[in-house]
Amino acid sequence: MKFKTNLKNALLIIFAATALTACSTAKKSTQGTGDVYTGSETVEYLASGVPDRVFFATNKTSLTTKSRETLRKQATYLRKNKKLNVTIEGHADERGTREYNLALGERRANSAKDYLMTYGISGKRIAVISYGKEKPVNSDSSSLAWSQNRRSVTVKVK
Amino acid sequence: MKKILLIVFIFFLKTNISHSLITIDITRGNLDPLPIAVSPLHVDPQSEKHKDIKIKELGEKVSEIIEKNFKSTGLFNPLKKNAFVQKPDIAHLKPRFEDWRLIKAQALVTGKMSIKDNKLKVEFRLWDLTASKEIIALAFTTTPTNWRRVAHIISDKIYERLTGEDGYFDTRIIYVAESGPKSARIKKLAIMDQDGANTKYLTLGNELVLTPRFNPANQLVTYLSYFRNLPRVYLLDIETGVQEVVGNFPGMTFAPRFSPDGKKIIMSFAKDGNSDIYTMNIENRVVEKITEHSSIDTSPSYSPDGKYICFNSDRSGLQQIYVMKSDGSDVKRITFGKGLYGTPVWSPRGDLIAFTKVRKGKFYIGVMRPDGSGERLLTENFYQEAPSWSPNGRVLIFYRETKSGPKGAGFTAKLWSIDITGYNERQIRTETDASDPSWSSLLSK
Repeated sequence: MKFKTNLKNALLIIFAATALTACSTAKKSTQGTGDVYTGSETVEYLASGVPDRVFFATNKTSLTTKSRETLRKQATYLRKNKKLNVTIEGHADERGTREYNLALGERRANSAKDYLMTYGISGKRIAVISYGKEKPVNSDSSSLAWSQNRRSVTVKVK
Repeated sequence: MKKILLIVFIFFLKTNISHSLITIDITRGNLDPLPIAVSPLHVDPQSEKHKDIKIKELGEKVSEIIEKNFKSTGLFNPLKKNAFVQKPDIAHLKPRFEDWRLIKAQALVTGKMSIKDNKLKVEFRLWDLTASKEIIALAFTTTPTNWRRVAHIISDKIYERLTGEDGYFDTRIIYVAESGPKSARIKKLAIMDQDGANTKYLTLGNELVLTPRFNPANQLVTYLSYFRNLPRVYLLDIETGVQEVVGNFPGMTFAPRFSPDGKKIIMSFAKDGNSDIYTMNIENRVVEKITEHSSIDTSPSYSPDGKYICFNSDRSGLQQIYVMKSDGSDVKRITFGKGLYGTPVWSPRGDLIAFTKVRKGKFYIGVMRPDGSGERLLTENFYQEAPSWSPNGRVLIFYRETKSGPKGAGFTAKLWSIDITGYNERQIRTETDASDPSWSSLLSK
């Protein structure tokens, strides 16, 4: 039984690794925009060493290398805490039209959700909500604030 | 809005309507607004007292509302009353044209009003001072509390007579009233008269609400609410206050708008990272999927004949505007300029699509023909979006946010309007900060 789970996990990791390679072309284009927030000022933690959020480039919904690393930590944490469900909140910066930003936030949240699922977390444990640009974490009108606001945040469901 | 409240009886007094000399050219921005004198309406001293209304002041107030409406168009220049030379009652009977011409007025509005048997009777005349003749005479009877609407209806009649186009003063605006810090805004649905009077709040602010839009009869509003933290399109009956979720979608629905016949709501439904456009028939609840594409499809808006839909999609990679037949077939991209395009809204006249454009860190409100040609940007700012048309297709209302400092310092959101000529940009007065305006159709049509 234990062996079976291990095998399942191993298979999932292989699958995820393939997904990673497939994404490498998309990754290049993301790097080109260069406005993904890489700091940790606004980041909170689901548990020690498990950041709650990932950041996106302007108008993009693809995950950066660092985002994938964060999400893999979240996946590991969620695998260990099998009774825990989460909501992923998708957000956009204030530099887009409201309705499009709602769709963009939804897509960002799903980007994160899909990645968690490739690491074996059941979609049933992950709810998704988009707030568009309605809930900025930093209310300044600056490039830094906008990069901090383009995010998806994994929140524990109580 | 109960019809019975709105009933206004209109009588045409006998008048010679033809051959006025004054007209206003509204095809271009009007840099030479028409000088017009709006005399206070004469109040019949025999009028009954009314518990809510100071009848003596009403004649003055009605004329002030008319003046304010005219001034807001940029097409009229209402003259100061201290130069007026004739008493309201006498001017209403027969103005001394040469005296009014002396103060450079080209048109004169006169009127009289009375309250009898709890009915407000209002009569007004529009005089062409250049041709020395009466060009409109109308009388209204309504409930006394409708007196502001009477002022708007008079404004509409005069605007229609002098510009040849429908007016837009007897209308309302629904919008989102905002308060609180930028990071935790409280948003409520609010409704007001076009001139900012009679503001009423339709929700309490307990949940986030966005993007309200009127149905063609102005009785229903569709909007997005985060009630119970589930973002869904709702339908609200303004008169009864009854709200309901539109459809039974297993995910976020947003960007709602009514079809021109009022029978359907068109909106986006987001699922698994993909937003497509759907319609739901309000009566039989039949849901139809209109777009089927892996991209984001949102902000749909019907052409006034209901045959086409313009919408926003990033299927080309970035936000652009597309037009399709109302069944979802024959999708064509119409924007090819530099920058991003969003929030397309079809003019009630059918001739233009208004939009928001984002380019090089600036936001523009603009208009273009439905085939994408003839793009004109009307106004540029740090942030502005969501244009909504006046019912006559002459004016756009939108909202504008200011650039904020750290912790959102100095942040404001206000409603603005601009003529489609690009002239006459002005802020619309609201009690609180405001966004997502939607203009009603004419209430008295």
